[in-house]
Formats: sequence, C-alpha cells, structure tokens
Amino acid sequence: MFATEALTSGWFLENAWLIPLIPTVAFFVILGFGKRMPQGGSEVGIASMMASLVLAAGATYQWIQRVQSVEGGSEGALGAIRGFAGSALPSAAETGHSAAYVEPVIRHWTWWQSGGIEFTLGQHIDGLAIMVLLVVTFISLLVQVYSTEYVKGDRRYTHFFAALTLFSAGMLIMVLAESMVQFILGWEIMGLTSFLLIGHWWEDGANSRAALKAFFTVRVGDMGLLVGTAIIYFGASQWAQARGSNGFSIQAISGWALSEGADSKVLMWGAVALFIACIGKSGQFPLHTWLPDAMAGPTPVSSLLHSSTMVVAGVYLVARLYPVFFVGLDILDTGVNLVAVIGGITIIIAAALAFVQNDIKKVLAYSTVSQLGYMMMGLGVGAWTPAVFHIFTHAFFKCCLFLAAGSISHSGSHHSFDMKKDMGGLRKFMPITFATWMVSTFALCGVPFFSGFFSKDEIIDNANHNGYTVFFYVGLIGAAMTAAYMTRATYLTFFGQPRGAAAGEHHDAHDPAHAHGEEHALDEIEEHEHVAEPVLVGAAVAATQGDDGHGHGGGHDDHGHGDDGHDAHAGPHESPWRITVPLMILGTLAVFSGYLNAPAVGTEYFTEWVEPAGVVVGAEHDESGAATHTDTEEPEAFASGVFGRATPLLAAEDGEATHSGGEGCGFEGPTEGVCYAPALSHAEFKWINTVPSILLVAFGALTSLWLCLGIFGDRKNPFKGLTQRNRLAGAGHRFLVNKYYLDDLYEKVIVHSVAHPIAKAAYWVNQNIIDGVVNGAGRSTKRTGEWVYRNIDQRVVDGAVNASGLVASETGHALQPVQSGKVNQYGALLFGAAAVGAIVLVLLNV
Amino acid sequence: MSLLAVLASDVNVAQNVGFYVIAAIMLFAAFSVVSTSDVVHAALWLVVVLGGVAAQYILAAAEFVAVSQVMVYIGAVMVLFLFGIMLTRSMIGSDTDVNNKGWGIGIPVALLMFGVLAYSVIDAFDNTVLVDRSEVQIASTTTAISDGYLGDYLVPLIALSFVLLAAAVGAIVLARKD
Amino acid sequence: MYAVNFLLLSAALFCIGVFGVIARRNAVMVLMSIELILNSVNLNLVAFALMNNDVDGHIFALFVIAVAAAEVGVGLAMVLMIYRNRRSIALDELSEMKG
Repeated sequence: MFATEALTSGWFLENAWLIPLIPTVAFFVILGFGKRMPQGGSEVGIASMMASLVLAAGATYQWIQRVQSVEGGSEGALGAIRGFAGSALPSAAETGHSAAYVEPVIRHWTWWQSGGIEFTLGQHIDGLAIMVLLVVTFISLLVQVYSTEYVKGDRRYTHFFAALTLFSAGMLIMVLAESMVQFILGWEIMGLTSFLLIGHWWEDGANSRAALKAFFTVRVGDMGLLVGTAIIYFGASQWAQARGSNGFSIQAISGWALSEGADSKVLMWGAVALFIACIGKSGQFPLHTWLPDAMAGPTPVSSLLHSSTMVVAGVYLVARLYPVFFVGLDILDTGVNLVAVIGGITIIIAAALAFVQNDIKKVLAYSTVSQLGYMMMGLGVGAWTPAVFHIFTHAFFKCCLFLAAGSISHSGSHHSFDMKKDMGGLRKFMPITFATWMVSTFALCGVPFFSGFFSKDEIIDNANHNGYTVFFYVGLIGAAMTAAYMTRATYLTFFGQPRGAAAGEHHDAHDPAHAHGEEHALDEIEEHEHVAEPVLVGAAVAATQGDDGHGHGGGHDDHGHGDDGHDAHAGPHESPWRITVPLMILGTLAVFSGYLNAPAVGTEYFTEWVEPAGVVVGAEHDESGAATHTDTEEPEAFASGVFGRATPLLAAEDGEATHSGGEGCGFEGPTEGVCYAPALSHAEFKWINTVPSILLVAFGALTSLWLCLGIFGDRKNPFKGLTQRNRLAGAGHRFLVNKYYLDDLYEKVIVHSVAHPIAKAAYWVNQNIIDGVVNGAGRSTKRTGEWVYRNIDQRVVDGAVNASGLVASETGHALQPVQSGKVNQYGALLFGAAAVGAIVLVLLNV
Repeated sequence: MSLLAVLASDVNVAQNVGFYVIAAIMLFAAFSVVSTSDVVHAALWLVVVLGGVAAQYILAAAEFVAVSQVMVYIGAVMVLFLFGIMLTRSMIGSDTDVNNKGWGIGIPVALLMFGVLAYSVIDAFDNTVLVDRSEVQIASTTTAISDGYLGDYLVPLIALSFVLLAAAVGAIVLARKD
Repeated sequence: MYAVNFLLLSAALFCIGVFGVIARRNAVMVLMSIELILNSVNLNLVAFALMNNDVDGHIFALFVIAVAAAEVGVGLAMVLMIYRNRRSIALDELSEMKG
C-alpha cells in the first residue's frame, strides 16, 4: 500500500536483509573450504564484503530517493504512509527539509515463538541504519584487503578471515535489527568474534589475557543489555500489542517511549540498564579498561573494532533507541544526565591517559575512547545528528590512523609499536603512510576543513546551543587535549631522529615469526647493497646501516619483498600496495566525508537523509488557529518549553497547510498518533562559534609540539649532546647497552622535567616569559594524565579489583577445611544443608 | 474430606493393592542397590527399581512415560552401566570395601531428609485423592504430550537436543583413547 | 488412591538415593544412586500430572529422562577416564579438588 508518488522503495531497500546474510554464509564457506582455496579463504571474505557493499550502496541510493520523494512529492500532492498499525497516514510536508517522517522499510519473519511471545528477525531500514551499514561494509572491505598483506603467512590465516567476516556479519545483523532480540544476537556475535580476533595470536599469554579481559569486561555490560531489554519489553508490550506489534520491536519501543502512557520510571530504569551495556561495549569511563588491552590483536582487527564496528555498537544502541534515553533520562529537560556525564568524563579521562602511552596503538585506543565520549556526550546533550555524523567521520579517519600504525609496524618499525624505542623520522621512508596519517590526524583534531571539524564542532556547538554549558567547555578542553596528544604521537613517530627498529636495528622479536632475530638481522645486512662503512660487530652494523640509509631510503623499496616478503625487512620502507591503497582511500575520505553535512559550506545532507523527523505520525491536526510556523531555530523555543522544530502537517482533504506549532514530539506525549523520534533542535552554524575550538586546537597542538621539541627534539635539550655521543660510540654489544641507556635517558628527561624543579629552573624561567601559561597548561595536562593513570586507573580501579579478590581469597582460606576434595563428603554436606534448610522453611511456615 | 469420597476413591482396590505390592518390591530393591557389596548385583537390583517405577507410571495413567522409562533406562542406561562395570572392574564378585569410611553420616542425613519430606508431603497433600482418568483421556495423553512438545515446549525441546548432542560429543571425547 | 502414596514412595526412594551417594565408594554405584534420585523425582512429576489432570508433568518427566541419559553417558565416560588414569574408581582416593 505504498503510495507511488510519496514514498518510493526499491529492491535494495526491500532486500537489505541480504547484507548481513552474505557475510554470514561466507563465514561458513571460509570455515569449511577456506584452507583448500588458493588464497586461503580470504577471497571469499573479500567477495562477500564487496557484495554487501554493493547492496548497501544500492540501498543508500534508494533511501535517498525515498527521502526526497517524500519531500519532493509534498507540493500539494499527498502520500499515504503506511504505519505498522496499518493505517494510512497523511504525509507531512514542509518547505524545509527532513520534517516529514520517512517510514522505515521494515520487514520481519518469525524466528521462533515460545509461550505466545514471538521473536522475529528482520530489517529496520532507516537513515541511521543505512548510514552505518554503508560505513561498516566499506571499512570491512578495506580492512580485509589490508589484512591479506598484513597477516600474510600467518598460521591461522583462514580462521582469521573467517572470524573477520563473521565479525562484520554480527555488526550488520545488529545494525539491521528489527527487534531487540536480533539486536542482542548481533551484539553477542560481535562479542564472541572480538574475543577470537583479539586473541588471534594466543600463543602469547598477554594476548589471550587481553582477549579474556575484553570479553569479560564487555560481558559485565551485556547483563545491562539483557536486563534493559526485559524491562523495556514488559513496559512496551501492552502498547505495542494494541498496535499489532510486540515489545521487542524497535519501532514499537520508540513509539511507546514517546507516547502518553509510557511509565517514566520504567523508561528510566530501562535506559539506565541499556546504558550500562553501552558503557561496556563502547568503552565508556568505568569499563574503558579493556579497550587499550584489546590492542593485543592484529592491527587490522584493532582498526575494525575501533573505527566502525564493536565500539560504535554502544553509541548505535543509544542512537537507535534514542526515544527511550531521551525520555527516560530526561535529555534536554534537565541540566545534566547520565549519558552526557559519562561521555564528558570519558573524553577527559581518556585524552589524559593518551599522553603517557608509548605504544602508538594505545595512544590511538585512548583517542578512540575519547572520541566515543564525544559521541555519547553529543547524544546526551541532544545533538543526535552531529553525534551520528561523528560516527560516520570518525570511522574513516580512525580506521586510517590504525591502518597507518599497522603499516608503520609492518614495514617501518619491525613489528614494534613502541614510539619511543622504535620510531621517529619515519616520514622520509614512508611518505604515503605519513601523508595519510597527517590528514587523519588533522581530521581527528578537528582542524578546519577536515572531516572531524564538521562533526566534532557541531557536537560542541550544540552542547552550548542546548544549554549544556559545562559540557561545552568539556568538549573544548577535550579538543585541545586531542590536538596535543596527537601532536606528540605524530612527532615521536614521524619526526626527529630514527630510533631502534626505525633506524634499521632488529632487536627482540615480537612474534614467533621473528624468533630468529639476530641472525636474521645479520643476514640482511650482508645482503645489503648499500653498506657504506666497514662492518663492525653484530647488530651495531644495523644501526650504522640504518643511519647511512637515510640518504637513499628509496633504495629500500625494491628490496626484501620476494616470496617471503613478510619476513624480510631491512630498515623502514613504504608498505606494499595492498596496505597503501586502503590508506589512501581512507585518507581521502578523512578529508572529504565531512562535507556531507558541513553547514559551513551549506550542505546538510545528513540532517536530511539520516535524522528521523520528530513529528506526530498518524494523527490529523486541524488547529486552524496556529497559522504560523513556530520558529524553533530560535533559542526562545526552549525557554517556552517547546521542544523541537515545529511540524506542520498537511490536512488530508484540501491540501491546505494547517500548522500544529509546537506539536513536535517531546516530553508531552502526543494525544493521538505516534511519535517515533523526539524533535531536536540544531544550532545554527556560525563561524564565530568555532573560533574558541579552533583556537584551543591550535593552542593544544602548539604546546604539545613545543614540549616534544624540548623533550625529544634536537634543540634546547641539555641531553642532546649525550644522545649523540652514545649513538656514535656504539660498537659491539655495547650498542645494546647504549640503546637501553638512551631509553633510560629519555625517561630521565621526562622525570626530570617533573621532579627536579631546580635543575629545570633556568630553562623554565626562560620559557616562562614567552610561554609561561602555555607551558603550565601543557604540563599540568601531562601530570593530570599521569596522575589519573597512576591513581585512578592503577589504584582505585585496580584497588577495587584487588580488594574483592582479597576478600574472596580470605573467605576461601576460612572455608578451606570444608573442601576435603571428597565427593561423598560434598554430597553429605549438600543434602544435609538442604534438609536443614527445608526444616527451617517448614518451621517458619507452620 | 468426606468418607464418601474416600470410599469412592478407594473402590479400586486392585489398583491400591498393586501399588503397595510394587512399592514394597521397589523399596526392598532400592535398599539392596545401596547396601549390596557386589556392583553387578547392585546394577541388577537397580533394574528392579526402574521396572517398578515404570509399573507405577502405568498405575498413574502415564503409559507413554512408562514405555520411555523401559526403553531408555532398562534398555539403554542399564547397558551403559553394565559396560561401565565391565570396563572398570576386572573382578566380578563381592567387594569388601564398597563403602566410604565415613558412610555412617549418610544414615542421619537420609533420615533427616526423609523426615522433612514425609512431614511436608503429609501436611500438604493429606487426603488429596487422585481421580482416575477416563479411557478417552488416557487415549489422548500421547497426543497431548506431542502437542506440548511441538507447541509450548518447542524451545526447551530444541535446547535439550543440543544438550544431548553436547553430551554425546563430550562422552566420546572423554572416553576415547589417545 | 491417595496422592500421598506416590509422594511418600518417591520421598523414600529419594532418601535411599541420597544415602547411596553419601555412603558409596565406587563411582559407578554413586551414579546408580543418582539414578534412584532422578527416578523419584520423575515419580513425583507423574503423580502431580495425575493430580492436576494435565500432561505437563509427563513432558517434564520425559525431559528428566533425557537429561538423565545424557548424565549417565558423560558420567560413565568420566569414570572410564579416571579408571584409565588411576586404575581405580574409588572416590575417596580422588581428592585433587582438596582446597
């Protein structure tokens, strides 16, 4: 009963359920036959992701047409939207955009039923789902292509691709979810496969521990998902059944949450329980600890997990069931709410932690946590569209950053991720990686005209616009800190002098493939063409060679990528095309994806295509009195208690526009009809509003750069000469000693700057005149980071864990004598205790 | 509980007599299971108990369960037990120390438990009379069971089939020599 | 017939089974005692089904039978493995779980 003019659909939209199905089938194919295939099953994975991407792109195109058909067809013509209740609804129309409610394409099939409850599988395609589908399939495809090079020769190559494919399938199932049951299904598939992928190299105990930690930490949150789903089900069931749906349906839950009869207590507890799940999955503040440890997995996994899939799931849940959170947690109604507070804390805590990490992937991990905090905070302050847009842009630039880090370790630092030991000066050797990294870093920091700017600034701007002044400042501080720690990471990785493996030295092996470290290094050196100095002893040559190689780094590129290309390294060089091509694609998108919704240049496609309109569907309003639009773009709309954009509905018969000013969906449930989304207000973009954030970003970046130059750089550093001496004095095994001595020295420089004020005084006063305030801010940020790491992470969180462990251990010791180890004795105790318990119950009831 | 009802329910004397006879045999056999010193004898006494349970099912109008009991327990489980005995004991015959050192603790625990159970059962169900089922009801019991399995209890049934599968795989993994 | 008849018989079987679990030293005999306990439960279920005049009790009894079959299979496999490793299935010698 779709009206032809008003609402187009299409094959891709109707059959979007194929998108997760293809990778799911591919998973079984890879598992069953992958080992016998010429490419070890990776071709099946890549083909399935490609097919899904094509389907997702088709669906996106048709969805845009559908949205435009509602708007375009609204010039007097009317279309009936078919609600799930089955009633023909008058189409809403407005001269602006996205005011009409675009009915999602919903299909479902009964999966199983038990006790009269029907569990369905299906698809719920709206703008949000389409957007995430497209991003996930796209990123997954690039990551799989990248992985064919990155894990080449791995002993579990086939299983890696199987798990990767199933992981994407899990995310797609979740994104498409029509009911909460399907949502949980996809959510749990992701939990399981993330365990498999993080622990991919489980031979190393640290990796399997990290996998377990990730699994269990997320599992703590998952309890919230089950409890929340149950609460919401029992709350929404009656309302939904009256409309021919059930309490698991996401559409019904949205409608119920905004309806008149919804119990606010039920909604609040449901929202809190669901949010606990989001905290676990999206690495928000108390449960963020698993995320950095999850870096133990292969880099493509980190990239996929941290850009578009796993960690976004929590944010997606909030965005998906936004009405529940909107009403349950009183977003926009009160000055502070759980989502915004957790998001805000996460931004600051994670950004501070990123300052003290030496592992490049851990910096990126904490950065991801911090950016997820932005998304959560955006949702918490009512900035739905900017937050969702941030999911979109963040996926590209964060994926690019992770893949760049992987490229560095693959080809530049000999499988090391330690920025201080094994990197530095890599920009000369890896121009493509460097360029994509810089572009993505600019996007992440929110430098104007890069994608992150348009999403992050919108979140910050809307926080201010919606009256959340505190979170406005939190966002600004977070932006400055982001710029600062990314500058530090960039400096350590790409600038300065090459160190460790980046200087061509092969030290301790990081994975079994490189267990033959030293001999390997020697062999490489002897084969090398560019030996310019007499061969001295052992690994010392490697360093010399690396230094010498600076001048003609290009000569390294054609070297060492024969049949065992994965193992052959001689100094840093650019990665092969299967790594650089995904990087370049993502780097391009990191620049341009922001222009989809850049009010600065006048594009608002995201608002138009993705945001569900907060309008009353299914009721006819003919209040002739309200003749004018309520201009809700003005802040006064909030003061007068009117939430959201005014929503004129077109009267069905005469085509004459009658307006229902202020009837948008908010806290007052609609008396008739159904709301599926709360009406939200958008801050109007003004360049002047972005000035503070741009200034702060620049400030953060410059401070950090200045500190880096001071601490790690060549100038102004009293220890510079020492560094040089040690590097030049390297010979034989003393080189190794000197290397570690250098590391000690770097540490001492940092400690020095904090702990020895007298020695530092002259230096400090010198800078104080020019940059005193700047210096103080930068330093206190670093101290806060260290303090947070030392006290909150190490003491409070670990302390709580240790304390509970201690209590359990002591209790165990006290009860030890009972544990004789004899089964019969246990049986006697069990049954005896049961009998005594039964006697007590009987006596109590007599 | 009126006398009339008691009389009416106790009219079926044959049923009651049958119950008591079978119950006495079962209890004797059960005692033998836990007191005999020969493992094989214990297994054979267990057959008697299981058969008695099947007979009681028939008295309680549960033919389908009774047949299942005979097939699963006496047919399959007992064979497993006998194989288990055969594979773990070279010598068949009475054993001197089949009991633990602390076996005496079992008597007070069992008696205590029986006391509680008996008290509760008599307290709650004293005078409750089981009404005999009609021919029609008995004839449709199996249909009702199958309706239940493929209707309301479909999901538990599927779950149970996974349990059985897991148990089969687990038993093979545990028992095979490698 | 009184419901108490079935329930008392079942209680007696249950307690005999409990005694067996506690007293027996041989692992196979402990498994047999467990079978006694499970059967007493089944008897209860069937009696309740007769009392309530529906078949849910039968369905549950059949579930218990299936679970018991699985339990015996796994249990005996474990006993076999223990026997292979230790040449004995005396439970009081198995005290690795001692805390």
